[in-house]
Amino acid sequence: MTERYDAIVIGAGHNGLVCSTYLARAGRNVLCVDAQDAPGGMAAPRRLAGDYCFAGLAHTANPVCASIRADLELERFGYSPGAALDTIALDAHGRHLAFAAAGVSGAGLPEGDAAAYPAFRRRYRDFARALQPLFDNKPPRLKHMGPGDRGTLARLGWNLRMRLGREAMYEFLRVAAMNIYDVLEEAFDDERLCGALAADAVCGSAMGPRTPGSVLTWLKRLYDEQGGAAGMLSANGAGLVSALAQAAHAAGVTLRCNARVAAVLTEAGTVTGIQLDDGTTFRADVVVSNADPRATFLDLVGAPRLDAMFASRVAQIRGAGTVAKLHLGLSGLPEFAGLEAQALGQRLLVAPSMRYVERAFNHSKYGEYSAQPVLEITLPSVHDATLAPPGHHVMSVAVSYVPYALHGGWQEQKQALADAVVAQLAHYAPQLESLIVAREFLTPADIEEQYGAVQGHWHHGELSLHQSFMMRPLYGAARYDTPLAGLFLCGAGCHPGGGLNGLPGRNAARRVLERGAAS
Amino acid sequence: MIIAKEHFRQALEHTPFHARLAPLSQTQEWTGWNGYQVARTFDKLANEYFAVRSGCAVMDLTPMEKYRISGAGARAFLDRLVVRDISGLRPGRVTYVVWCNDDGKVIDDGTLFQFADDDYRLCAQHHQLDWLLISARGFDVSIEVETHEVAALAVQGPTSWSVLAAAGIDGLEELKPFAIAELSCGDIPVTVSRTGYTGDLGYELWVDPADALPLWDALFSVRDRYDLHAMGLSALEMVRIEAGFIMPGFDFNTAEATIRNGYDRSPFEVGLGWAVSLDKGHFTGRQALRAEKARPARRRLTKIVVEGNKPVGAAFIYARRNGRQIGEIKCATWSPILKANLALADIELANGRLPDELWARIEYQRELKWLSAWAACHATTKPFYLPEHRRATPPPRY
Repeated sequence: MTERYDAIVIGAGHNGLVCSTYLARAGRNVLCVDAQDAPGGMAAPRRLAGDYCFAGLAHTANPVCASIRADLELERFGYSPGAALDTIALDAHGRHLAFAAAGVSGAGLPEGDAAAYPAFRRRYRDFARALQPLFDNKPPRLKHMGPGDRGTLARLGWNLRMRLGREAMYEFLRVAAMNIYDVLEEAFDDERLCGALAADAVCGSAMGPRTPGSVLTWLKRLYDEQGGAAGMLSANGAGLVSALAQAAHAAGVTLRCNARVAAVLTEAGTVTGIQLDDGTTFRADVVVSNADPRATFLDLVGAPRLDAMFASRVAQIRGAGTVAKLHLGLSGLPEFAGLEAQALGQRLLVAPSMRYVERAFNHSKYGEYSAQPVLEITLPSVHDATLAPPGHHVMSVAVSYVPYALHGGWQEQKQALADAVVAQLAHYAPQLESLIVAREFLTPADIEEQYGAVQGHWHHGELSLHQSFMMRPLYGAARYDTPLAGLFLCGAGCHPGGGLNGLPGRNAARRVLERGAAS
Repeated sequence: MIIAKEHFRQALEHTPFHARLAPLSQTQEWTGWNGYQVARTFDKLANEYFAVRSGCAVMDLTPMEKYRISGAGARAFLDRLVVRDISGLRPGRVTYVVWCNDDGKVIDDGTLFQFADDDYRLCAQHHQLDWLLISARGFDVSIEVETHEVAALAVQGPTSWSVLAAAGIDGLEELKPFAIAELSCGDIPVTVSRTGYTGDLGYELWVDPADALPLWDALFSVRDRYDLHAMGLSALEMVRIEAGFIMPGFDFNTAEATIRNGYDRSPFEVGLGWAVSLDKGHFTGRQALRAEKARPARRRLTKIVVEGNKPVGAAFIYARRNGRQIGEIKCATWSPILKANLALADIELANGRLPDELWARIEYQRELKWLSAWAACHATTKPFYLPEHRRATPPPRY
């Protein structure tokens, strides 16, 4: 006898948990399954050598969207956003720049740049805020518009014209399709300042600063910062993931871990449930997938059960991961030249100029890695001593522009790249190597294998313009429902994309409930 | 890299039968079809037409696109490709199929041959390789273009069986419509299918291109006893309209070649609803076609007889004389055997129904002076001309 639910959510990552909880709170009997042994997906805490704790692949996160926090009572379950982090752009000669809420400062920063930065940042945050109707709602349909779609577009138009004002709107229209390199070059002189901002603009994408669309990805990042700057993601099991799991449990969601889904079951074009790889089946008229859309459609459903062109377009979704992760267990706190110990709790960035970032990207375009990659470094144990044995520390490094498909394969070259990254870090923290007790390096290929993210892409598909809004993940499945009746998507592959904000999960749940009400 | 190809020097390729066709062409009316040079007419259109209807006509079918589809997943692939339930198809049989894009609009139609359990041939008028490859994702199937590796002849008309038998192809008397037989003509291996595009008794012969000319010679060796005629595209156009067969790309725009919204057509809209099996399981376009079926039909490619004997060319269709324009004639012919103007017209329906009256506004020339006239039209759902002998097994002997 197979168990029957109102809805099954595949994947207990944060979006899957958000979606499950919304559905359960609306009275649905929900099963949430996950292949891993604990919920959290890429934000699930992981351990290195037994003693060193990491928050997961993610190490920092913006606060979860305020309405989701309120709706799901996340604070009641122990969630609190990490304290806002400053960003420190590291300089090989110790002339680091510090980006804080108040502005940017550092040795040798031209006065003009320091003065221009706050206004520049405010202007782009205004642009990002003007796009809120697009980011915050299900993407509007342009053909066969409904009243909600008209409302979204009307609010977008109002924001652009009236809230920004005429002059700012013209500026927005001028820069929106530009690349961040040109925009920053117009605005600032300091290479370090531009390098750090450009690195953030293209973070996690297969884009260099000169790639068209890199202004848009930056606006998306600024939009995500609206609810607060990124804070350290808790790695001790008491943070976002645990709060979401508790909220799900309290709402009555049945969570089943170690349950790898082999197939979404269908009959005559309608979803009937799921089958696990051990053959267990669960029935439901609604299946919501938090998996990468490519995996959902091509592996769990399978191209033969889809229309031919739709399946072909799914296979063409662009999204090869470009970020690798280095985890280090350290026997002590490393010293960074020119940086005070208290600054080690901040977010450290190695992106000394836009040309540096662009060059690092160039290698990845051709299936190579750069020995001088862009790095985002955190030392979570500075905030929470329990993450490492007494006196020890953990260092988490996101390494950009690491190709998923490396020429010659990863087998031979993986350790060489890890060594190169450590050597690169040693430019800034000379005695780092002597402190390393444990080391783990995850290439995009490893991330795919361990987390099921297709080609190791954190966002389940590039956040490029042609894969955004009403084209995310692709036309025909951009509003969380899909061509298969009863199958929905709720992951980062959906609008508005990646990041630990919970919006795709919430929007998908709304769509499920809306469709249920309509039928 | 040097590509040692010379084909680009010649605008149109010759088919393997060209050496025999060229001397027969008195009109030199040639045209292109899928990159091959093919004849519109050879001598007199009337001769070619009456050969199909009262004798035997032979037409070079080599330019027809032919795809060999094989592998363990071939059946499942084809089932997902076409809109028709093909579960009844067996080795040694042929079926007519239609395939659509995701929106349920017709890409093309064709004949599907099954040779063995996992071995099929799909014949289509237009190139289909890209769509077949797009559709192949997720299936264990091999798709090979064999257009140029298989020479083909259509042998059509009431005496076609007698001609083939006289030419030395034995074993056709019990071959039923839509059946395939592996036979020989002298020492030439010939695959024969009882298929065609004329509505008459007829066969299609499939051979190695190296055997093309010997086969032609064997057929035409009986010309002293039978009215055997080479036929071009113009006569084919007449007989296929008489038989009520549609031609994608001419009677309506095929989906993958359509740019403008609403210019493509669904199977229901071109009168192929009978070839759609919504209950057979998933196929490309199923969801769109189900939704379409639930609404009243908006238009239909309709067989009409146009009154009078003025030649019908391009013409608009009206609901009344001087009334609202509701459609247009897509193809038309004067039928010598029925003594009538036949046409296929794309007509808008009202609440799924044709209006009670249909009128065509015909523009025609009299001694180079343009004139126009109203002609009443009568819709029919049956083929205009389908002789009983086309299905007789064994066929009538002449």
